[in-house]
Amino acid sequence: MSTAAVKQSPLTGWIAGLVLAILFVLSLFTGVDELPFGRVLSDGRGIELVLVSRLPRTLAAILAGASLAIAGLIMQTLARNRYVEPSTAGTAQSAELGILLVTLLWPAANLLTKGLIASAAALIGTSLFLATAHRLPPTQPFLVPLFGLVYGGVIGAAVTFVAWQADLLQYLSIWTNGDFSGVLRGRYELLWLGALMVVFAWFIADRLTIMTLGRDASIGLGIDYRRMLQLGLVIVSVISALSVVIVGVIPFVGLVVPNIVSRLMGDNLRGTLPAVAASGAVLVLGCDILGRLIRHPYEVPVGTVMGCVGGLIFLWLLFRRPSDV
Amino acid sequence: MIRIENVSLRHGSAEILHDISLTIPKGGITALIGPNGAGKSSLLSLIARLQPLQSGTISIDGFPVDTTPNRDLARIIAILRQDSIVASRLRVRELVGFSRFPHSRGRLTAEDRVVIDQSLQQFDLADLADRFIDTLSGGQRQRALVAMAFAQATDYLLLDEPLNNLDMYFARDLMRSLRRIADENGKTVVIVLHDINQAGAYADRIIAMKAGRIAADGSPAELLRPEILQAIFGFRMEVADMGGTPVVLHFR
Amino acid sequence: MCNRRLLCLGAAALACVIAFMTIGLRGNIGFVLSLRAAKLAALLQVSVSIAVSTVIFQTVTNNRILTPSIMGLDALYLFGQMLLVFMLGGLGYAALDSQLKFGGEVLVLMALATGLLLPMLRRRTDMELMLLAGIIFGVLFRSLHSLLARLVDPNDFAVAQGASFANFNNVRTDLLIFAAVLTLMGAVIAWRARHVLDVVALGADAATGLGVTWSKTVTGLLALVSALVAVSTALVGPVAFMGLLVAALAERLADTRRHAILIPAAISTAIIILVGGQTLFQHVFGNSSTLGVVIEFVGGLVFLFLLVLGSRK
Repeated sequence: MSTAAVKQSPLTGWIAGLVLAILFVLSLFTGVDELPFGRVLSDGRGIELVLVSRLPRTLAAILAGASLAIAGLIMQTLARNRYVEPSTAGTAQSAELGILLVTLLWPAANLLTKGLIASAAALIGTSLFLATAHRLPPTQPFLVPLFGLVYGGVIGAAVTFVAWQADLLQYLSIWTNGDFSGVLRGRYELLWLGALMVVFAWFIADRLTIMTLGRDASIGLGIDYRRMLQLGLVIVSVISALSVVIVGVIPFVGLVVPNIVSRLMGDNLRGTLPAVAASGAVLVLGCDILGRLIRHPYEVPVGTVMGCVGGLIFLWLLFRRPSDV
Repeated sequence: MIRIENVSLRHGSAEILHDISLTIPKGGITALIGPNGAGKSSLLSLIARLQPLQSGTISIDGFPVDTTPNRDLARIIAILRQDSIVASRLRVRELVGFSRFPHSRGRLTAEDRVVIDQSLQQFDLADLADRFIDTLSGGQRQRALVAMAFAQATDYLLLDEPLNNLDMYFARDLMRSLRRIADENGKTVVIVLHDINQAGAYADRIIAMKAGRIAADGSPAELLRPEILQAIFGFRMEVADMGGTPVVLHFR
Repeated sequence: MCNRRLLCLGAAALACVIAFMTIGLRGNIGFVLSLRAAKLAALLQVSVSIAVSTVIFQTVTNNRILTPSIMGLDALYLFGQMLLVFMLGGLGYAALDSQLKFGGEVLVLMALATGLLLPMLRRRTDMELMLLAGIIFGVLFRSLHSLLARLVDPNDFAVAQGASFANFNNVRTDLLIFAAVLTLMGAVIAWRARHVLDVVALGADAATGLGVTWSKTVTGLLALVSALVAVSTALVGPVAFMGLLVAALAERLADTRRHAILIPAAISTAIIILVGGQTLFQHVFGNSSTLGVVIEFVGGLVFLFLLVLGSRK
């Protein structure tokens, strides 16, 4: 059994990559406008449609999915708890609060500025969560996500209150429910910054894995635990804030993908990180395509689809019998 | 040499360690014994810079633990904490492999692999090397953690009650391995032990702690005497001599 | 001692009710009064149903931080409602009598809630697991609700919005009579069961030893809880942390877990928060629609406080 498990590891990554390639092509040809395969090359308007809308949308879904899955993975490493992710730890809600405040106080700000301020807000909110989470007893693993969910809910209520007072509820729904239908060329490129974070995470993968062994073991192995904690927080905050600014909150990606990959391949992040990123991209792109098809020609936002799909997967993860012996 | 000077530690109003000064020379096995709450684990984690020093100084081979870069210290001293929890799904070989991080920063060299394999062999883990940690029994997991501390290959090895969860066979095995690396490789081992007789059989020096102070310090033969043990643990126990090794009959 | 505290709470609740009815009366007094009376009736029902359902639920689950809303029951109600629309078809369903629809929805929720919660309560060993599952259920049902809403009418983006928070300003007055009957029945049953509830609070083993048929009693109580949740959700929408706030405050104010005191105390507290809060927001802040969000915020903070405090023990 053990040798089979070892050999299986790269396979999972390859399968995820293959599925991603298929979905990529599928995504280019799925949408409100019919676009038969043959017409793409012969018809100038077809190429235009692909370049301006379909390709950016597909890339946005891949980038957001991959980076959100990694953000979830890092969040779980930092909190030393398998059941947290940015949207259940107040990160996404803090980012919303940041964007909302920029929109109110400085309406002319560009996307980059909004992204930066949202990242800063997310950083503050997540640090506060982590500071409290580390005080909760480690013997009750479900207490941390519970705290995170309600903490996020409280910040969310504050966001709703501000938005309501400022008559910005319409705007708010753009950020609170992830949706790729508004993604066009020129409006998603910031997400590449998230991809950069993923690459960076891969470089520090060994240190992140050691951090899962806890503070004492990390220090014992010569790691600057606090610096790594801060670094991880920055990665998580930037990734989730950017995706909130560009596409809105997509729940559960960061939760279910790392958990499933961990079951299949273990937690040695240098080996599993690429598989987590690829699977995250597959899940989000798949849900987006599903959202485009389910009520064609109307669209269901990816946040809603993911709420259903991801929620079901998560409940399954929670209630499955602990097996693997 | 580990040099501890005037170290005190408080948590709120509770005084954990009271003005400890101690020198542990290079080489040999030093055992820390004493009742629960005596401050043994706290002292160990202060030496291993897992807690910040509040007062006093600690240095290892002349390097002060509070100012020396963490990465450099990790090549001098390794610590295994009591009740380390490994929640990650790592294979045994991967876990032991991470002990080489201070040396190779994650990219394992051929030499690293040799050390890892030796450590796995030493603790009888070769057959379990590709198993996930969370599928092991408590004793197997403990052996994996000890193997990890071994493979860090530092001159100083601090172990906090490493015999927990180990059966008699592996407890004896671990103590003999410690004795061997101390004798053959000149390593310095500082170990917190609950089993006073393991300390008596394998340690060169026993330091007894009580209520944050050092209560007694000496060789097993000097320390394991009824009147000294009574002062430390609060009840009288007989000590028998088994071919030169003092055996404490603490269970009677 | 307890009774005096209860009397104080009751008096404060009464004062809130009087203030709500009388402050700022102008113009056609008869008309304004009848308008306010209808709204007051709705708020009172919501208070009673949230207070009673939360207290019973906490007793059954033997946990102070669980409430029906935290376990996703109100989201489940909205989902069940949308499921009926989806299956029966939008137009045909809309034409039905609103009271008949409401009755159907209550039944659907009672069936779904007992079906989902009973198996979970059987394994009530791991409280945190249940809580987490409950919150995820909430997210799942909300997502399913908005998914169904879009399938029913793809252009209506407002449906998903309306489901996310409570609005105490636009209460559904058309359901008042029917809901009043349900609330009253629920309150009477809860009151008559007050001594049984004291025993149930001891846990399954002790209660069985004292002659309570555990599974039958708990099933009945859960059905009651879900009916009351349906009432409050139908009237004003989901109120996640209101119940928690009410139960936590009432227990501290009344200083007892005896249901004969606790139930009325919780009802009074709920009235003070809802009716008093509504009066305050209407006349002082001039904006009554945000009360729901504010309760959400404060209730959430109370929850976090209880959670951190509880884990320190």
